Formats: sequence, C-alpha cells, structure tokens
Amino acid sequence: MSHDHSLNPETMPQHPEKATLEGKNKFLGLWFFLGGETVLFASLFGTYLALKNSTAGGPTTQELYGLELVFVMTMLLLTSSLTSVYAMYHMKNNDFKKMQLWLGITGLLGIGFLACEIYEFYHYIHEYGFTFRSSAFGSAFYTLVGFHGGHVLFGLCWLSAIMIRNAKRGLNLYNAPKFNTFSLYWHFIDVVWVFIFTVVYLMGKVA
Amino acid sequence: MSSATAQRNSFAAVLWDYLTTVDHKKIGKLYLYGGGFFFLLGGLEAVIIRIQLIKPENDFISAGLYNEMITMHGTTMIFFAAMPILLGLMNAVMPLQIGARDVAFPFVNALGFWLFLFGGIMLNVSWLTGAAPDAGWTAYAPLSTTSPGHGVDYYVLGLQISGAGTLMGGINFLVTIVNMRAPGMTYMRMPLFSWTTFVISVLILFAFPALTVGLFLLMFDRMFDSAFFDVALGGNSIIWQHLFWIFGHPEVYILILPAFGIFSEIFATFSKKRLFGYTAMVFATILIAFLGFMVWAHHMFTVGMGPVANSIFAVATMAIAVPTGIKIFNWLLTLWGGNITINSAMLWSLAFIPSFTIGGMTGIMVATSVADYQYHDTYFVIAHFHYVIVGGVVFGILAACHYWWPLMFNRILNEKLGKWAFWLFFIGFHLTFFIQHFLGLMGMPRRYWVFLEDQGLDLGNFISTIGAFFMTAGVIVFLYNAFYSWFKQGPAPQDPWDGRTLEWAVESPTPYYNFKQLPLVRGLDALWLEKMEGNGKLAPAEPVGDIHMPNGSILPFLISLGFFIAGFGFIYQTTSDLAYILLYGGMGMALVCMLIRSLKDDHGYHITKEELEKEAR
Repeated sequence: MSHDHSLNPETMPQHPEKATLEGKNKFLGLWFFLGGETVLFASLFGTYLALKNSTAGGPTTQELYGLELVFVMTMLLLTSSLTSVYAMYHMKNNDFKKMQLWLGITGLLGIGFLACEIYEFYHYIHEYGFTFRSSAFGSAFYTLVGFHGGHVLFGLCWLSAIMIRNAKRGLNLYNAPKFNTFSLYWHFIDVVWVFIFTVVYLMGKVA
Repeated sequence: MSSATAQRNSFAAVLWDYLTTVDHKKIGKLYLYGGGFFFLLGGLEAVIIRIQLIKPENDFISAGLYNEMITMHGTTMIFFAAMPILLGLMNAVMPLQIGARDVAFPFVNALGFWLFLFGGIMLNVSWLTGAAPDAGWTAYAPLSTTSPGHGVDYYVLGLQISGAGTLMGGINFLVTIVNMRAPGMTYMRMPLFSWTTFVISVLILFAFPALTVGLFLLMFDRMFDSAFFDVALGGNSIIWQHLFWIFGHPEVYILILPAFGIFSEIFATFSKKRLFGYTAMVFATILIAFLGFMVWAHHMFTVGMGPVANSIFAVATMAIAVPTGIKIFNWLLTLWGGNITINSAMLWSLAFIPSFTIGGMTGIMVATSVADYQYHDTYFVIAHFHYVIVGGVVFGILAACHYWWPLMFNRILNEKLGKWAFWLFFIGFHLTFFIQHFLGLMGMPRRYWVFLEDQGLDLGNFISTIGAFFMTAGVIVFLYNAFYSWFKQGPAPQDPWDGRTLEWAVESPTPYYNFKQLPLVRGLDALWLEKMEGNGKLAPAEPVGDIHMPNGSILPFLISLGFFIAGFGFIYQTTSDLAYILLYGGMGMALVCMLIRSLKDDHGYHITKEELEKEAR
C-alpha cells in the first residue's frame, strides 16, 4: 500500500524531498527553525561584540587569533557546503550511491573542521591560559564559537545516523526529505561560520 | 487502530492514551489541565502576597519567602499558566478553524507539551528542595548570579526546558497554517484567532531564542563559573537585561494577541455580524507584532541608556497605541447595530474593552520616558501590567473557555455560575488593581515585603487585598462550574452558538480525524456563508477516501523526562559529583530517544474508506 514509498528511477518525482505533505512540512519547518537559530546566533554575536575587549588583563584578540588555521577551517567548511550541494543534486537524479559518496565527503570535511577547532581551543588554553573562565571575553568567545562547533557536531551525528540507517535500502519518498533538511541545516551552519570568520577573527585581527 | 481506541476504558488505558497521544485536540486539553494547575498555583502565591500586604509591617511570611513568592508568582503566571493555556486553545481550535485534520508535526506537538509540563514541574520542585528562585521573574543580574542556594538554578533550567517546547509549538503552528489550510481557505479568509495564532508563532520563533541565549549565559555564570555578568572579570550585567527584554517584550504580545483573536471571534458571533474591518484587524495584528520587536528597551529607561535611545524607544512604544486603537474601535463597531446576545463569554469580552483600555492608557504614561523615572519600580507599573495581562489575557482565556468549552469538552458551561464567576472576578480585579495606581503614585515601591504605618498606604493596600479575595472566589466558582457542567449537564449540541467559522461545522463530539472530507471554503466566515447562501453545510472538497493518521508515541514523554532528569544533574553538579550520573543519564536518555525517533520509520496508519462509511451509519 502507500506505506511503501520506494519508487524506481523512472517514476521518482523531480523533487522527491517535497513530493509528500510530510516532506513539504519538514522543508518549511526547517526553514522556520533556521529563522529562530538566526536570532540565537545574533544574540550570541551581540554578547560577543559587547564583551570582546573585556580581557581582564588576558590576551587580546590581536595577540590570540592566527588567521592561518582559521583560513583552513573556513575552506574545509565552505567546501563541505559545496559537496552537500552535489549530494542533493544526485538525490534529485535518484542516484543513491553518488549521494552517499558526496555526503560522506561532506562528513569528513566536517570532522576535519571540528578537529581544527578542538586544536585551536587546546592551543589557546595551553599557550595563552585563555579559558572559558579567565575573562568575560573568554566566556563570550568560547560560547559563540563553541555553540557553532556544537552545531557542527550535532550535524555530523545527524548525518551519520541517516546515512547508516538508509545505507541498505536506498532513496525513497520517506527519507528524501530527511537528507534534504540535513543539507539545509548544513548550509546554515556554514553561513554562521562566515559571520564568525568575519566578525570574530577578521575584525579581531584588525580592530 | 480506530476500533482499539474505542474499546479502552480503564483508567490505565486512558492514562496511557494521554501519555502517548499526538492528537491536537487531546494535547490542547492537556495544555489546559497543566496550565490550569499552574494558574491555581500562581493564584495561591498571589493571595499569599496580598495577605502579607493587608496591613502595615505584617509578619505573615518572612522577607525571604516573600521574594520567593513574587518571583514564583510572576514566572508561573507568564510562562506556565497564560502561555500554555493559550497554546492549548490554539491546539484545540486552530486546526479546526483552518480545516486541517491535525497540525503539521503531531509528534513535535506532543513533545512541546511534555517539555512545558516538565519545565513547570522542574521550577516548582524548588519549593520542595528548600529554596525557590528569589531574584524576581526578570532575574536581573547580578542579583540572579549571586543569589545563594539553588533557587535561581531551578528558574534557569525550568524555563530552558519549557522554552524549547514553546519554540517547537510556534514552528509547528506556522507550518500548519502555511501548508495545511483547507481548499479555498486563503489567508484573508482565515478567522482572526487563526491569524493571531500565526502571528504570535512568528513572535515565538524570533523572540524565544534570545531568552534561550540569556538563560544559557546565566546558567554558565551560575554553574560553570563563566564571567558574562561578573564585572570583576569584565562582564556586563546590562546584557542580561537586553536579552531578557528582547524576548520579554514580544512575549507580552505573544500573550495578548491570541486574546485579541478570541474577542474578535466572540464579538462577531454574538453580535451576529461580520467582524468590522477584518482586513484592518489583520494588518493591525501584524503591525503590533512588528512594532513589538522595536520597543524592548522601554523596560530599561532608568538604566542610563541616554536621552536619544530613551526617546526612540518611547516614540516606538507609543506608536503601538495606533494599531491597538484600531482594534478597539473595530470591536466597538462590530457591536454597533448588532443583534447582541449577552452571555458569560460575551460578558468577559465586553468587560475586556474598558479594562484593557485603562491598561493601554497607563501604558502610554509609562512609555513617556521622562515620567517613567517616577513610575519605575512602583505599584503604578504593577497596576499597569495587571490591567493588560489580567484585563486582557485572563479575561480572554475565560471568555474563550466559555466559548469553546462545547467544542473541547462537549459540554456547555452553566450560565448562572458563569455570571457569578464573572462578577466576582471582575469586581475583585478592579478592587485589587485600580487602587494600586494611586499607591504607586504615592511612592509605594514594588517587591517590598512590608510598608510602614500612616504613610497613606494602609487603606489602599487593605482594599487591594480584599479585591484579591473576590478574584479567588470568582476562580473557585469557575472551577466548580467546570466540574458541574461535566457531571450535571448533558452533551452540548453541535454549533450551540450559531457560529460563523469552520470549527462549528464539525460533528459533535469532534471525530479524531476532524473532517471526514476536507471542506471547501467559499469565503470569510465560511460556515455563516453557507448558512445564509447555501444549505448550512460546507461542501466537501474531496470524495470520501482513506485518511492518513499519525501513530501515537511514548517518546515525547521520555525525551522530556530525560531532559528533566538532566536538569537536576546540571543543578547539583556544582555541589556533588554524584549529580553527573543524573546529568549524563538524563541527557543520554533524551538523546537515545531522539535517535530512536530518527531511525525507526513511522509511516502512521490509514483509516480506510470502508471504516469511515461504516461509522457514518
């Protein structure tokens, strides 16, 4: 009956992620969710901007940040957004294997980003004694960047869950919206990073 | 599946049914029960506050307990009484009003309810563990960051958990209204209550994350030694005030706009007229919501933001009086020349207009930033916001209860008892709060647990406390009415008020799938249109066919329980390492349940065409 949403490539609709009401709802619901997330990060950015000079005698933004590592992180995350676009392209062509491949690459790039971030935090704590508790600037920095890192981590868990769950059964109208919402979420995380790169690191280096 | 639900009758089965339900009508009732319980609790706290202030230098409760009472009264009433009751009404009515079979995400809907309930329980557990939050419902730093004991920790975790639930509810309503309106139900044919649901969902979506962040910062400062509000390490306590009010001001519109929607429905129905200026009403609602985001700093006039910022926020605040005035006049003109029925629902609505207008007028007074230096933190402000919140939101909730009770509980509330409740509460309300304007103007500050004798405050406070007793009596009569109607009244007929909108077109009691065939909507006030120009029934928009239904699930309950347990872990990890068991255990439980939800396919089930036809016979 209609419980089985699997379709063969010939009858798969052009937009499998929005072919059912559930799919449409998920698509729109995630967009609204991202609207709320925007306010969440805006509040964190506001807090950071208010406190970034409150170093309490600790290192300033100029002394702390190194653009080399941050550049690598930016490249990793921007590329992972691109690869997730490729994955969605293959989803729409109903090519499950290629979709999984590109999603896998997306996940690896995300892991690379997260590893860099963990190294960065480790470096700040051990080389500069700059911690979550050392100053209001420290609290604001780790909270803003850490919330973003937490979102990346959650995205990676989400991605592996749906990739492993659907590895054997391929694409259907029930799981296509799940892949698509992940991809939207991932783009959002990327956009937030662009702002962190600009507002935190570039402005921190210049100001 | 459908026949199985009908057979279960024992208490355990009913309990299990409600624990696992994803039906918007049952979730609406759950919200009403939960919110109603917290409303009584918050009311009890209010009465204790008023008893303490009945005479000068009273020693009914201690200063510390008084601080806990005012904090818990405010927090409970705003977050755990008014909000959930309104969300319950929206759940119960909005899908029916737009001709939908359920909300867009029934599972998330249930999750939102359980998060609210466990958040509310979390907050109130603080009474039992020795220290309730005592930093005021606004929890200003550094008062909240330095408050000893775990009281404020409960405030933070309780609000964080329930806030997540509210955010889910908002997203859910938005998607429902955008994607699931019945054929022909265009935006400009939606009843005003559905419109206000839509608009406040936008407000919830954009306002609550600011509170989420504020609560996280407060939590980090209190439990993990960060320095956001710690001036010694460069922190800034004004950040809390900004984040709190960026959320807090839209919040008051989240409360009042649904009440506006309720009154719009009731005035139109009981005046037997189309709502006057429907289009203007819709745009006034949107304008109020938009301006509502621009005015948060009027709560902070005395912080020292400077004359320019104060002036901008003062002018923006006063601008809100324009769309609100449009609404007041439209309601009056709806009544004008109407064929008016005065019953309990209508009494609450009629009483709302002057009561709320008084609150609006004092609102303009406190918005005048220069004069606000005089009003700030006095009983004038207390009087102002109780006039808008009780005179607006609580009157709206009680009006809605009378109006939609037949739809939700299949009973009509007793009229005589309803009128008794109204007059007791209405008189008590004005007795309590009108005099407080003058107490405030005479300089009585808010949040003080005693006042001195012979300073002109004795009689005013005495009158105010007597008024509170009248309000209590009114609430008790209403409560009695709810039980009385359940046990003594027969089932309500379908469409008892000769209604105008879609929710009155469904059979009584409402079938669990709402509409056998989705209705075809031909205009504003869809049902009334068919009564006047058709055969009184809505034409179906589709043939009878299989109906897709969601499966019930215990997971929303378990996820919320997990976060609830983890909350205790967060609170007590500062003093005991054993609390990490609760923290990791609770988070693990919630996350594993979320993973199960993600991995386990849930296609729902179908009510077949044959079953539907069999039920019809």
